[in-house]
Amino acid sequence: MAKTKQNIISKIFNDNSIQDYVNVFPNRVGSQGFDAWGFNIKNMKNNMRLTKYMYEDFYKVETVGLENIPKEGRCLIIPNHSGQLPFDGMLVGYSLLTNPNGARAPKAMVERFLPTVPFIGNWLSSVGAVIGDPINCERMLDNEEAIIVFPEGVRGSNKLYKQRYQLQRFGSGFMHLAMKHNAPIIPAGIVGMEETIRSYADIKPLAKLLGMPVAPLVVPFIFPSKVFIYFGKPIYFKNDVHKESDIKDRVDTVKAAIDDLLQQGLARREEYQREQKEKNKKV
Amino acid sequence: MEPKKKILVTGAAGALAKKVIDKLKKDYKIVAVDFRTKVDLGIPVESYKVDFNKRLFEDIFREHHFDGIIHLGRISAQELNRFTRYNANVIGTRKLFDLARKYNVSKTLVMSTYFVYGASPYNPSLLDETTPLKASELTMDLVDSVELENLSTIYLYKHPELNITVLRPCNIAGPGVRNTFSMLLSEKRSPVLWGFSPLMQFIHIDDMRDAICTAFEKNIPGVYNVAPDDYIGFQDAIKAAGSSPIQIPSIPPRLTEAVAKFLNWKSFPVYLINYFKYPVIIDGSLFAKTFNFKPKKTLSDIFTYYKSLK
Repeated sequence: MAKTKQNIISKIFNDNSIQDYVNVFPNRVGSQGFDAWGFNIKNMKNNMRLTKYMYEDFYKVETVGLENIPKEGRCLIIPNHSGQLPFDGMLVGYSLLTNPNGARAPKAMVERFLPTVPFIGNWLSSVGAVIGDPINCERMLDNEEAIIVFPEGVRGSNKLYKQRYQLQRFGSGFMHLAMKHNAPIIPAGIVGMEETIRSYADIKPLAKLLGMPVAPLVVPFIFPSKVFIYFGKPIYFKNDVHKESDIKDRVDTVKAAIDDLLQQGLARREEYQREQKEKNKKV
Repeated sequence: MEPKKKILVTGAAGALAKKVIDKLKKDYKIVAVDFRTKVDLGIPVESYKVDFNKRLFEDIFREHHFDGIIHLGRISAQELNRFTRYNANVIGTRKLFDLARKYNVSKTLVMSTYFVYGASPYNPSLLDETTPLKASELTMDLVDSVELENLSTIYLYKHPELNITVLRPCNIAGPGVRNTFSMLLSEKRSPVLWGFSPLMQFIHIDDMRDAICTAFEKNIPGVYNVAPDDYIGFQDAIKAAGSSPIQIPSIPPRLTEAVAKFLNWKSFPVYLINYFKYPVIIDGSLFAKTFNFKPKKTLSDIFTYYKSLK
């Protein structure tokens, strides 16, 4: 057991293949390797080694539709949110970074309370997470960056296990930004993360005491689960809406596209599981 | 030959004011004042120790007919109690503006600080000059800084003849600077909050001097952030300056406050705890564009200087 652990750690820290992707990191970093949102090249390199292990060996991620991500220019990647911890964002980010059709180093908008958590806040911003303030998002779109936004927020990431694959209420901020900044929306469906960390209750009094939006009662174990990420075709929305209710219709359009990708992912997972069973039978 | 124009520089005992005076004295007649001491700046700079709220202050205006004022004199929270500070920084500045009006001063530069934005976990990055000033929401000890800004803005629009320019710089650092974060860079061991390394901006004192002189001479009234577009995490800055971080517990916040009160370090004041936690990154592009300004010294130059002190 100890030897396996050592092998994993050694694999993670001695992996220099990530060097190939460093040239797609944002070029707006200053002399000390930081950009204005705290992204830090040194931390990102170390984090990529860990994410690579998670992506390739632990979650064995299968991606479909990477050709839908624009090779350059502003865009918003809009996935469903799940898994209690922001690992889904890391996996989507890694898939963009290693996209054979054209690598992108995306930023991800995260919950506003995260900067208040010691270590986590700093670590997240150093690997490209930015607090979910529209001003931040606008500036990054103006910088022609690719940005991952989870419109469900904690409603999605911290939902209960019994609610898995049920999309929660979407915020509409991403739609306003996409329209205002003429940015394409790439819907994404993530299947598999719901099963990794399972929450059975939200202890609201504890959440209040800690000043956190949620305090999930979870099984303290990350279940291994194969993850499927499906990227949909870019959707463009003109900036021609005058009523908030029209925005809601457009948000629902994106939500429906994500739901469709989720169903494709779930079907593919069933097929994969059947294939595995048959393979095991033969063995 | 046209006689040299005369300017009043406040806060003359400070390192930055001395540098500004040194640069401008070739082209201007300078009168230097400070509330702390009469500073000997050598001939030809006349120097006074003065309290803005005393009637004698007007005598200086009567005697010298100032063309401009560079108002750098601000009592920091480390120096005096809140009440005295408010009187000096806010009421005193109002007196200064009123005298400037009375004696037809046509150019006024006021030094503020990025602290006025307040360190909040909800701050977006690259705060521009229109961002609300929320520092007084966090601590009463910064009320005078915010009020000084508000007062300057009122006079800027109500009395355009004063041509007021307000500069909000990021952390100024370099030889002689004694503000909180520069003091921490110069110490061998510096307190940091466990698990927090807020992104920061630093500008070298020489670049800040140039920013002040350029803004004063070009005279384009308004409020401007002054900061380079280069950033570093606070704990990385401490290490780059050759200092060893002392980890202070960061949770729960009350424990941090209790530790800060117990330690009673000038360089780790309770009212600035949030600035040790959350970034306040300002957008200096308006100033850079308006005044064609680019800092000459890099972050490495700043940290190399502090490292050489150890």
